[in-house]
Amino acid sequence: MSAAPTRKLELGRVGEAVKRVDAIPKVTGEFAYSSDLFAAGMLWGHTVRSPHAHAGVVSIDISKAVGMAGVHAVLTHEDVPGDKRYGLEFADQPVLAFDRVRYFGEPVALVAAEHPEQARRAAEAIEVEYEPLELVVEPERAADQPAIHPQRWTEGHGYRDDPRANVVRDMRIVRGDPDAEGEVSVEGYYELGIQDQAFLGPESGLAVPDGEGGVDIYVATQWLHVDRDQVAPCLGLPKEQVRIHLAGVGGAFGGREDLSMQVHGAMLALHTNRPVKMVYTREESFFGHVHRHPARIWAEHRANRDGKLVNVRMRILLDGGAYASSSTAVTSNAASFAVGPYAIENALIESTCVYTNNPPCGAMRGFGAVQTCFASEAQMDKLAAALGMDPVELRLRNAMAPGDALPTGQKITGSMPVADVIRKAAALPVPEPEELPRDPIRLPGGAGNTTRGEGVRRGVGFAVGFKNIGYSEGFDDYTAARVRLFADAGGELVAEIHCAAAEVGQGVTNVILQTARTELELENVMLAPGTTAAVDSAGSASASRMTWMAAGAVQAACRAVRDELERRGGTLGEGEEIDLERIYRHPRTFPLDPETGQVTEGRAHVALACAAMRVVVEVDVELGLTRVVWIGTAQDVGKAVNPQAVYGQIEGGTAQGIGLALMEEIQTRDGLITNASFTDYLIPTALDMPPVDAELVEDPEPDAPYGVKGVGEPPTVVSTAAVMSAMRAATGRELDRVPVKPDDICLPEGP
Amino acid sequence: MNITVTVNGEPHQAEIWPGESLLFALRERMGLPGSKNACEQGECGSCSVLLDGRLVCACLVLAVQADGHEVVTVEGVAEDGELHRVQDAFVQTGAVQCGFCTPGLIVAAVDLLRHTPQPTDDDIREALSGNLCRCTGYAKIFDAVRLAAGQA
Repeated sequence: MSAAPTRKLELGRVGEAVKRVDAIPKVTGEFAYSSDLFAAGMLWGHTVRSPHAHAGVVSIDISKAVGMAGVHAVLTHEDVPGDKRYGLEFADQPVLAFDRVRYFGEPVALVAAEHPEQARRAAEAIEVEYEPLELVVEPERAADQPAIHPQRWTEGHGYRDDPRANVVRDMRIVRGDPDAEGEVSVEGYYELGIQDQAFLGPESGLAVPDGEGGVDIYVATQWLHVDRDQVAPCLGLPKEQVRIHLAGVGGAFGGREDLSMQVHGAMLALHTNRPVKMVYTREESFFGHVHRHPARIWAEHRANRDGKLVNVRMRILLDGGAYASSSTAVTSNAASFAVGPYAIENALIESTCVYTNNPPCGAMRGFGAVQTCFASEAQMDKLAAALGMDPVELRLRNAMAPGDALPTGQKITGSMPVADVIRKAAALPVPEPEELPRDPIRLPGGAGNTTRGEGVRRGVGFAVGFKNIGYSEGFDDYTAARVRLFADAGGELVAEIHCAAAEVGQGVTNVILQTARTELELENVMLAPGTTAAVDSAGSASASRMTWMAAGAVQAACRAVRDELERRGGTLGEGEEIDLERIYRHPRTFPLDPETGQVTEGRAHVALACAAMRVVVEVDVELGLTRVVWIGTAQDVGKAVNPQAVYGQIEGGTAQGIGLALMEEIQTRDGLITNASFTDYLIPTALDMPPVDAELVEDPEPDAPYGVKGVGEPPTVVSTAAVMSAMRAATGRELDRVPVKPDDICLPEGP
Repeated sequence: MNITVTVNGEPHQAEIWPGESLLFALRERMGLPGSKNACEQGECGSCSVLLDGRLVCACLVLAVQADGHEVVTVEGVAEDGELHRVQDAFVQTGAVQCGFCTPGLIVAAVDLLRHTPQPTDDDIREALSGNLCRCTGYAKIFDAVRLAAGQA
């Protein structure tokens, strides 16, 4: 564990372990989440969804629903006041389906009623005639099948030209001599299923008409301003008439980057001139947001006998599902970080994402790097075995360091302590095997009492992972903060901070307050509610960027206010105030060359963060059941703004990686989700989580305020790979698909 | 139809539709949204309440079944305006992130310590295994329960 903070706690400056400011309302039940909101005269909105994965919409008959008890509105695509399509990066997704539906659960119509049950019953009375279309559900075949989008939405955006049908993005990284031979070569083929963010707070919000044609939307989201920029055109309103306010967010993990009920709720509210609340059920939530891309990855690693990697060749196929969302960036990330944090001279990495009629995929914690880390770290273990070399030693021998180049040719100029995190994670003491007999709760199968220890094998695994911090490839990535400084009734200075950074549970509220206290040397600092109405954009609470960006913006605004205060003699009189807004940008990034995937000028990624992890598992090889016993990890965090929160991110991020390794998969048949519930889609419980010994490596990032890096994603990137390394050690099997199923462990291996 | 439920010591009357769950009645009829609606099928424990002293998922109880009975929700756990020691321990240990699972976990942990004042780690894990948390990985939740039990 890192050294205890030395500065005094009650003030809560940068670097101190401070209690979350929202913790007390959250433990008393007073914190208002987006599904808790209420307004006088409120109606309940409900979404009618497609039962087909791909079908033409022949007709929609709402006549039976319109007159039903309590029903105030029934809306279809004909009622969309403005643009009929929206999208995070490409406006390819209908607000409500008009000519066809492209995925199971796609919104087709809306109802508002006085009681949610009335709304559901009216929804059942809406008659939609569909004409099933050819299904595109096998990503390998997608490029040879009819296009599910007649328009090529992602063409003309500077990506490599690929004329095949259904290709969202096709990307190549060609480095050095892609045919370079090594003395040893290992090959593998890997698959990952679709993972769900499974945030506990369902998609929800309240839309309130303002009586002047505009609307206020209170919603759980990751990026208020990009929501507004998508919602306003669909409503046919200027941006000023659409105000998005952050309601309490019950977790996000990427799944709230795209819109859910925002436009729908606003349409119903404007149509009925009453507040409308929408709350998705858990089943609906599986259709209500994008998921982690399922992937198929072929990899070949060539190395010399001394263990030095010579050439890495990988082909990555991502299933983007029905709409683009952030798939183009995921495609690029998967390729950019495919090799892992290892220095290589030669590489050929091809990464392709296709449209299909499977559930739409987009952002989820780790964003492309999770998938390739699983494949490339399995390859590193395989290579170590082929060389007869210790897997940790092999990784150390290839560890990237400042001055080395990524496969994209980007030279590492900032912090990159790969060898340090590897050494520290490898040095964490692995617990001794616990003796038998023992309480079955501490055996694979747990309370099921399926073994007394016979058939249980122990395995220890290791992995390393990394990814980018912040938005990349030329994206204009910025965050605004506004500080209002005034004197209270007693003459004491008070600072009110405005920043639209989404508090999604990660603790950015504390980061903002700690930064302001540090910069202003003031105790009386408060954060105003996040809204598009009071401050410019904060960008998205994603890409592990929010701590860095919010700290940068708040620091800049505080320093401007402090300078102004000094100019005014250091005090403010009654009624006097200073109110300044500043925008912070991280150093500029540039696009990659579309043909070679090499950097064009400067860097494509602003900074990187890495983590190494050691895992102990016990596997009942007769039943295929697994218990993760212990996890030790060392993570590169730049500077821990709030150590307690950083440990929390590492433990929680690790849990999600364990979930992908061992249990989490959205299952589909012909594009239809068959397990849209927490009964059938399993996430780790208190009995599934091992203790996590985490060590923070603080190697300051030179370009970032206070030297911070994001900390949310690296544990998720590395943990799936690390658990699977331990699983292979325990079972002696390849286990090249996650989540691993009991059958993969205990049935005879195929030919 | 009309029901009267004693919630956190106070009688609450509500006009309900018979198909409504206790969770819906608490949240939407009685102004007590502290119990959470994460799955509404008894898998996640976010709506955990005490019904006549027994830990239940409020989403699996019909509101009419609670008519004439006593319910304690997360809003009723604090005593005399002071946080319950379990609530305070969650704040101290960093066991709260997004917090959506927190109300259910608070009620479940209060229930655990009432029956088992000195739980082992296995007791804690088993008692809380019906409460899903997606943010924390549970480590700090275990710390909180140990702290509330005076073990930390």
